[in-house]
Amino acid sequence: MLKYIARRLLVMIPTLFAISLASFFIIQLPPGDFLTTYAAGMGAQDNIIAREQLAVLEERYGLDEPFHVQYWRWISNIVCCGDFGQSFEWNQPVSSLIWDRLTLTMLLAVVSTLFTWLVAFLIGTYSAVRQYSLGDYFWTFIGFIGLATPNFLLALVLMYISFRYFGQSVGGLFSPEYQNAPWSLGKAWDLFQHLWIPVVIIATAGAASTIRIMRANLLDELHRPYTTTARAKGMQEWRLIAKYPLRLALNPFISTVGWTIPTLVSGEIIVSVVLDLPTTGPLLLRALSSQDMYLAGSFLMMLGVLTLIGTLLSDILLAWLDPRIQYEKAGRR
Amino acid sequence: MVAESVQTSASPELDHDSLLSVRALQTHFPLDQGLVKAVDGASFDIRQGTTLCVVGESGCGKSVTARSILQIVDRPGRVVGGEILFRRQRRGAGKGPDGEIVDLAALDPKGAQMRRIRGGDIAMIFQEPMTSLSPVHTIGNQIVEAIQLHENVSNREAKERAVEVLHKVGVPRAKQRFDSYPFELSGGLRQRAMIAMALSCNPALLIADEPTTALDVTTQAQILELMRELQDDYGMAIMFITHDLGVVAEMADDVVVMYLGMTVERGDVVSIFHDPQHPYTRALLRSIPTMGMGTRTRLNTIKGMVPDPYDRPHGCPFHNRCGEYMPGTCDQIVPPPIDLDEHRQVRCLLHGGAPSSGVRNEVNT
Repeated sequence: MLKYIARRLLVMIPTLFAISLASFFIIQLPPGDFLTTYAAGMGAQDNIIAREQLAVLEERYGLDEPFHVQYWRWISNIVCCGDFGQSFEWNQPVSSLIWDRLTLTMLLAVVSTLFTWLVAFLIGTYSAVRQYSLGDYFWTFIGFIGLATPNFLLALVLMYISFRYFGQSVGGLFSPEYQNAPWSLGKAWDLFQHLWIPVVIIATAGAASTIRIMRANLLDELHRPYTTTARAKGMQEWRLIAKYPLRLALNPFISTVGWTIPTLVSGEIIVSVVLDLPTTGPLLLRALSSQDMYLAGSFLMMLGVLTLIGTLLSDILLAWLDPRIQYEKAGRR
Repeated sequence: MVAESVQTSASPELDHDSLLSVRALQTHFPLDQGLVKAVDGASFDIRQGTTLCVVGESGCGKSVTARSILQIVDRPGRVVGGEILFRRQRRGAGKGPDGEIVDLAALDPKGAQMRRIRGGDIAMIFQEPMTSLSPVHTIGNQIVEAIQLHENVSNREAKERAVEVLHKVGVPRAKQRFDSYPFELSGGLRQRAMIAMALSCNPALLIADEPTTALDVTTQAQILELMRELQDDYGMAIMFITHDLGVVAEMADDVVVMYLGMTVERGDVVSIFHDPQHPYTRALLRSIPTMGMGTRTRLNTIKGMVPDPYDRPHGCPFHNRCGEYMPGTCDQIVPPPIDLDEHRQVRCLLHGGAPSSGVRNEVNT
């Protein structure tokens, strides 16, 4: 098993290289670069002083150099000194910009994934075991409403409720007094109070589809012969369902852990914008639209790394859950 | 409806040597497309310590009958009529004629009493030993679970017993195999593990639902041999479901022939093979290939197919495929069970049961 993990980690290196190359290439695909966008924003085309200033900037950032030179400069700095480069727009090192946001994003992602799964497992199991019952229809109905409601709408509604009835500040993950305060117990509690809104929003959308998947998986497994065998042994129905079909119905979930994290990191941009969350989504969106290429590239790299780690984690979990999966070559047994 | 009145007038008592008596059993599946009468008038007895073979083509309700006995019919199927009388021994007592008589059909399928009987008094093994064992639990885990569901023993004792029973069913290196997953075993070993699990609680009746169908011929013979040996050792009765008449000849003491959910003929194995009374039984026996029949001879088959379950023939279910069909009679009347002698019963209008004068007792074979 350790050998397998080591091998997987080694394989990740070329994969990461390919990801970095692809993301750097895609960022540069749109015509122009950060400076043209910047200049257009200032209306500075005709301004001689500004044009000279732009030329200086262009040289400093190496924007006139060919693609491979720019790429090399970027990637070699990351590999040798963990320096992700400078954000043009914020005029700050990229690393100082993204770590805080990545941490909060991961927190949000993990909490909402757990919440989604908790809800989806309970309801999905209920819906499958009591298929076509009143409760099944009810939860299916609720689930589809959750799926059909646009997230930003839900965000606005929940924001109103939390402001109107709980007296919380609108949007963000922190109250104004804690915004720039150092970490303390009070700040953590404040975060917790704000966190539930985005968690509920992200979870309703995720849970709706997860409930359906869980229900379908479990319905498949409930009619497998081994379930009948267990029943023929005289097992209690709920114990039997928990031990056999539920266990096997979990596999498809575990294999999707890998994609869940990057989807949450990049996918909840609209919710984050509406709620003004200090997460990665809005920052990435801005970086892409202003062609702030080192910032955007670093984000895409991080997403790539997260996906790879997530996939590795889900593979390890799956091997632990399902003994049929063998990572060593079969001949070696 | 003739059938039911005959059955309910029978004594609710069991014959002294009977372990299980199924009487006019009906198991129906109300589906969107219509009502499927998977079992509709199955009646037979299983005697203590003997083997009863249930034969018939696919879709004749053999498996559903077996599952009805344990009340594990898949939804939306339900036992809707008839009795399943079972003589239940006290645990630890010998397999004698005494013991309370329980009507399994009247028990709550989810109730505690039914659960105690499942696996404890009546165990079942299935056709496909790969899919019938959980793929993600070791066979040891699954056998220990079966033991601990019915007997209050420590983990260690349960494990010892599991290894012992694995050894008994001929699993080599039983101690190591205890920790094997089903996918690590061959088909034959898997079926042995399945049998070990079923026997772990020393049941009075073992229901085997085509246990050898998925195995190759050599393994098949070994498993049959094993089951006969175990029957001698444990003294349990076996209900053996198969469509292989060769297996029937080898295993059975008694035979039940089913067609479209109805038992059309029952009797001891010798008289079924040598003196079949129902046209369907005769047709089944004719379709066995015999040695030296010559390569140019075509195999005898029964004409037609098992009818669509949504569209059962009116009257006798077999009349549209029967060579001795009597128009106006067989398509009108559901044949009642007719006792030929103590253990012999047939449901065919050729043997009586038709109200008109056209009853023929002579049957030309």
